[in-house]
Amino acid sequence: MLSSLHKQLLNDFQQDLPLSATPYQDVADSLGVAEDEVLDAFKELQDQQFIARIGSVIAPNLIGTSSLVAMSVPENHLQSVAEIINQYPEVNHNYERDNRFNLWFVLVAKDSESLQQVMTDMELQTGYKMLYLPLLADYFINLGFELDFDD
Amino acid sequence: MIDGVSRQLIELLQQGLPLVSRPYTEIAKKLHLTEDEVLIRVAKLKQQGIIKRLGVVVNHRRLGYKANAMVVFDVPDSLISQIGDHVSQFNFVNLCYQRPRQGDQWPYSLYCMIHGKNKETVLKQLDHLIESCGLQQFKREVLFSKQCFKQRGALYQALEKQQKVISNG
Repeated sequence: MLSSLHKQLLNDFQQDLPLSATPYQDVADSLGVAEDEVLDAFKELQDQQFIARIGSVIAPNLIGTSSLVAMSVPENHLQSVAEIINQYPEVNHNYERDNRFNLWFVLVAKDSESLQQVMTDMELQTGYKMLYLPLLADYFINLGFELDFDD
Repeated sequence: MIDGVSRQLIELLQQGLPLVSRPYTEIAKKLHLTEDEVLIRVAKLKQQGIIKRLGVVVNHRRLGYKANAMVVFDVPDSLISQIGDHVSQFNFVNLCYQRPRQGDQWPYSLYCMIHGKNKETVLKQLDHLIESCGLQQFKREVLFSKQCFKQRGALYQALEKQQKVISNG
């Protein structure tokens, strides 16, 4: 079960850990606990996969180039097409969604030329066309995600 | 805009800050920098907006937020930045992007992501969003996620591989 320390660590430090040489000590000080307790609690949260990582979220398309891609695949081919797609190292976040376009993933490559090459290759390998949906504008101000532990 | 060292620094930060008392010294060693140099670079990357945040990245699914909807709207170009700014103010909205329309088969321009504990909550939040931002007039579709075939912390592995090739000559 999550302790109140776990919950505080999950909710209060998504936007930013203190930027200092000793961020976990600073977190501990702000919560009135010892640094070891913070480190242990973070390790527990990571081991139990409540947190993916303590790390950076970077602005899209500043390093390399990326695009959202969608495919419309018949239900009986979905699994095998998803497996083909997953074999490409350029693929992130490959999801099935409940729509006629039912396979959605993000491609990341060093430049748009290599991205197009990967897409062309995927279309050949799978036999299905893709929707190329690169980012045009990002309106999101990332404030982290407010978690509700009440129910 | 970003030099090779900062690029490597970002890749290490994407993998995660070590859970030790002085995490930046570990990163510094890998980059042959001092701890201070790393901290200065991180501060600069944040100030430039390249690092949007550096903190806890939660696993929504594991925390009970199992419903995830991508909602797409056909918003006219002339209104999109105003509406995009408005939509992104809501704390249940996780992402908000403009993407190109793909003809009649996919005429949508504005994408946002809503995470919730169940579909009902997400749909309620969506109703609230539609009403508050005046989105009723725009054609839309709601796409709930079903299964995850591949998930990776935003690790730009393909690029990392390429960089190894470069650094190996």
